[in-house]
Amino acid sequence: MDALDRVVKPKTKRAKRFLEKREPKLSENIKNAMLIKGGNANLTVTQVLRDVYALKKPYGVLYKKKNITRPFEDQTSLEFFSKKSDCSLFMFGSHNKKRPNNLVIGRMYDFHVLDMIELGIEKFVSLKDIKNSKCPEGTKPMLIFAGDDFDVTEDYRRLKSLLIDFFRGPTVSNIRLAGLDYVLHFTALNGKIYFRSYKLLLKKSGCRTPRIELEEMGPSLDLVLRRTHLASDDLYKLSMKMPKALKPKKKKNISHDTFGTTYGRIHMQKQDLSKLQTRKMKGLKKRPAERITEDQEKSKRVKKN
Amino acid sequence: MEGQNVEELLAKAERDEAEKLQRITVHKELELEFDLGNLLALDRNPPTGLRHAGPTQEAELRALARDNTQLLINQLWQLPTERVEEALVARLPEPTTRLPREKPVPRPRPLTRWQQFARLKGIRPKKKTNLVWDEVSGQWRRRWGYQRARDDTKEWLIEVPGSADPMEDQFAKRIQAKKERVAKNELNRLRNLARAHKIQLPSATGMHPTGHQSKEELGRAMQVARVSTASVGRFQERLPKEKAPRGSGKKRKFQPLFGDFAAEKKSQLEMLRVMNSKKPQMDVTRATNKQMREEDQEEAAKRRKMSQKGKRKGGRQGPGGKRKGGPPSQGGKRKGGLGGKMNSAPPGLGGRRKGGQHHGGKRRK
Repeated sequence: MDALDRVVKPKTKRAKRFLEKREPKLSENIKNAMLIKGGNANLTVTQVLRDVYALKKPYGVLYKKKNITRPFEDQTSLEFFSKKSDCSLFMFGSHNKKRPNNLVIGRMYDFHVLDMIELGIEKFVSLKDIKNSKCPEGTKPMLIFAGDDFDVTEDYRRLKSLLIDFFRGPTVSNIRLAGLDYVLHFTALNGKIYFRSYKLLLKKSGCRTPRIELEEMGPSLDLVLRRTHLASDDLYKLSMKMPKALKPKKKKNISHDTFGTTYGRIHMQKQDLSKLQTRKMKGLKKRPAERITEDQEKSKRVKKN
Repeated sequence: MEGQNVEELLAKAERDEAEKLQRITVHKELELEFDLGNLLALDRNPPTGLRHAGPTQEAELRALARDNTQLLINQLWQLPTERVEEALVARLPEPTTRLPREKPVPRPRPLTRWQQFARLKGIRPKKKTNLVWDEVSGQWRRRWGYQRARDDTKEWLIEVPGSADPMEDQFAKRIQAKKERVAKNELNRLRNLARAHKIQLPSATGMHPTGHQSKEELGRAMQVARVSTASVGRFQERLPKEKAPRGSGKKRKFQPLFGDFAAEKKSQLEMLRVMNSKKPQMDVTRATNKQMREEDQEEAAKRRKMSQKGKRKGGRQGPGGKRKGGPPSQGGKRKGGLGGKMNSAPPGLGGRRKGGQHHGGKRRK
């Protein structure tokens, strides 16, 4: 049901604005993330969730209490939470003997689980363990994915798309160049994924573009891919569907060839070729006597028929 | 000599440039892919330097990160910039990575009944002032809501109109009328909603037991009640004199998949014959009915025009003569034909009316 079409109409302007914010739109809001602890979350996992929340503020909610669910078996409680808090990204942390330091990261489409990927944390260095200044919250991070593993398998490709979705932040049209603060670097190597975050230091170089020096700032994780629950191809295609209004408008009658030349097409109206201005050959001009005889012949032919 | 100097100068300039750029150039085997709208860089080079795990791994990871970040920053610094309030701001392009949406695309909502009517008539919303002058209180008050200008409910005196019963409570009557208006509005809103979501309305045909329902309505209500059991009316016995309902059952009847082979063969050969024949198959009765219907419509249109221009003209005799020919076949076809026409008329008329209104609107301006 569309929000403004509700059977029970909102009685205040504030309620109406709240519902308008949550209804489906052409160009969407920034995705919120919810960070949930499982029934048996340990200190590492809790700390990871807290750090990711610090990275994702203010577009995230951290749930304080433990929730006894298993995402891979039953997704209803996750979907209920997502509907209540209007979050389409989630991260669920748990720990047991079979899967120690487990982190399930996932996203939703239409409040149903789209993709879920389970990662195991092998090494974790928290924000508070690294003693230096941090960047303000709400800044847009730069994302770098290194390693050819990220394109080889479908699992890794979806993981890359999921991580981009999770960490990318608001979509802006302009960005202050001096305000580029930190970078999240993901490396895929030997079946492991190294997640590092560095603070950016811009140093003088001879020319306009500065030289970069990095300083390790934030959480660093060594992750291992465990189970995955990926959406079927048609559901994924449905979720990727872009509304027509947002598709880039194609300019008609312009084409490019492989060499870079641009061709344009012009449509002309019908031309009367008898009135066409051609080169005048004075020698071929008809003399008046000839024209009269030609007319007479034509009229004779018409009479015969 | 001079030529040599120029050459030397050029070479020196090149070397200087290279030195300058040395600090920011990074050599990579495969070029990175950039999505500047998302501040994203993808490096497809296999990280060979990090194959061996060990104490130097952090430093190597950091070096790799530094190189990649340098390349990304180089790209970002090449974007068009502008100065906004003492800060250098770069304009980012649109993000190219396609990511799934979080909610489905909103589908266009159908127009409500009022919107359709307003579109048909060309009614546009009038801009109204926020405050209205209230004589009673002598101040500007809002048009509706709390402490509104002309508040009906606050009147302490209502004159009994001449035609009304003197014992009737006029105040109660006003309150009742307001309640009815609110209920009607709510009903229309819910009906618009149901139409928008294409939900089947709980059928309103026979279901208003007002006490004066027609025979057909009662019949329909009875039929619906019979089908509303758990087994969809299969085990409901009929009353002794009750007739079987007409119009229920399958709307289309198909031939069984394999039955009468001879009949199937015959019908298919017939179809092939019809398709191969060059002359069009014409159903004579349908053609004559159609022709007669068209003639009737033309005459009706002519009659309308003549009655508009002058009612004294005796143009009634012409159509009368035509009407005598072929009423039985015509009657059946005309009903269906006119019925079909009636459905199509309003949108067509509406379209024409719309065009008319637009012209009118332009002229008014």
